Amino acid sequence: MLKDITIGQYFPGESIIHRLDSRFKIILDIAYVVMLFMAGNFYSLAMAGVFMLIIYMLSRISFRLIFKSLRPIMPVIVFTCLLNLFFIQGESEPLVRLGFISIYMEGATTSVFMAVRIIFLIIGMSVLTYTTSPIELTDAIERLLSPLKVLRFPVHELAMMMTIALRFIPTLIEETDKIMSAQKARGANLDTGGLVKKAKALIPVLIPLFVSAFKRASELALAMECRCYKGGDGRTRMKQLKWGMRDIVAVFVMGVMIAVIVLLNISIPIFGL
Amino acid sequence: MKEIIKTEKLTFDYTVYDENGDETDKNRVLTDISLDIEEGSFTAVLGHNGSGKSTLAKHFNGILLPTDGRVLVDGIDTSDESRIYDIRQTVGMVFQNPDNQIVATVVEEDVAFALENLGVEPKEIRRRVDEALKTVDMYEYRKHAPHQLSGGQKQRVAIAGIIAMRPRCIVMDEPTAMLDPKGRKEIMATVKTLNRDYGITVVMITHYMDEAAKADRVIVIDKGNILLDGTPKQIFSNVELLKSVGLDVPQATELMYELKKSGLDVPDDIIDENECAEYIYSLFCADDKEQ
Repeated sequence: MLKDITIGQYFPGESIIHRLDSRFKIILDIAYVVMLFMAGNFYSLAMAGVFMLIIYMLSRISFRLIFKSLRPIMPVIVFTCLLNLFFIQGESEPLVRLGFISIYMEGATTSVFMAVRIIFLIIGMSVLTYTTSPIELTDAIERLLSPLKVLRFPVHELAMMMTIALRFIPTLIEETDKIMSAQKARGANLDTGGLVKKAKALIPVLIPLFVSAFKRASELALAMECRCYKGGDGRTRMKQLKWGMRDIVAVFVMGVMIAVIVLLNISIPIFGL
Repeated sequence: MKEIIKTEKLTFDYTVYDENGDETDKNRVLTDISLDIEEGSFTAVLGHNGSGKSTLAKHFNGILLPTDGRVLVDGIDTSDESRIYDIRQTVGMVFQNPDNQIVATVVEEDVAFALENLGVEPKEIRRRVDEALKTVDMYEYRKHAPHQLSGGQKQRVAIAGIIAMRPRCIVMDEPTAMLDPKGRKEIMATVKTLNRDYGITVVMITHYMDEAAKADRVIVIDKGNILLDGTPKQIFSNVELLKSVGLDVPQATELMYELKKSGLDVPDDIIDENECAEYIYSLFCADDKEQ
């Protein structure tokens, strides 16, 4: 049952988006987020949306995944919509008046605008995790953050922790499955009852899991020491990240997009926000 | 031949602490152990649970330091902190549980781990990783995630991670204890290749008698002392002594021992199945002739 959990959301592929340098992908994704927040009206927002759509098409990822990535965030979107709808007061006559609640035209447009923005934001973020393997992401984060070493920020340690976490997720899931079966075999009831009862039933699963995780950690530390691990200093990497022509093109395209958004903002009177 | 590991009067105590962190007791685990491991040899260390055999293994690359006496790896004292990485590069170590030795999420990345730690050039790492994976016959799995592999395969990846460092000696602490029979066979075959074809010294801690029978030399540890030391044939002829310290003998030896007890005149240095089968066959042939 637990084995169905996918780790990360990576979908391997050979598209141009997959092959972009992961460091560039992270930076470009941040640029995209900034661009979304710069977009001040529906035209520029639509432009950003079209841009993301083209990227999805280039990456050859199924469109169904877009909806999949949106599903968990739906409550947040609805909540933001309702807040904006009810609490923004306009100057004109309210559209609807229901007791103490009144809805204005401005509220309605802002709420739609915010919703679309959040949706584009999520879609844009997930294209990164869909097309970049967790290892590449960790590598990229380690390298992008490496200037922070000067400030004594433990960049290498952070990346090492992420790698080990990724490595042990499947192992620990398997172990949880085993422990659950073992406890069920002794008559533990894990599936029925209210929330509190279910949470309490998890204790006999979690305690052995923690004990074993600590034991694993100590053994792993020993094995790492035997393989001459001494932290990040003087360490080399087998796989070197290389950036090429396509990464420069990607940066250029992003630059053009931001310029277009800025132009749209200026040429069309800024709406609301 | 030259010895790669040498222990001189090695003694080790575990200190027992109480809840306040004060010393309360000392447990002697190893007493005055002096032995030489020759370069290129294949030694098996046998012992009952708690005999101190794993503790002994951990002294061979400076994970534990002796309370008394000393351990020399290729002439370097393991207590010399400045040379610790030379020692660990010379003597690699493989543990029981393959899952807890693999660091990275992809096989080839894991094999590269030790070399990355040592600061080897990326191109050289690539070459050595491929070589190590081919040696343990796991090259085609280089892009797999560890959790997609069987136990035996994972243990071979762990071995590849060690041999990529090009150690001259590998110490294995019960490398087959958590594997199924198929995985055990794979590991034994790999260990044999490493020893015979690559000239790597192997010290294997085990409690499987059949594995120990394949070594050149067997050392039996009991209560922190060396009880027996010799070729497998010499060791396993001491059936009664071995049983008295809670150890078994290979099944072939056991059979021969029982036959001898019931009055047959059989040699007592038979330790593998083929030899045993041939001997029994020859007994039957002799019977046929008499009739």
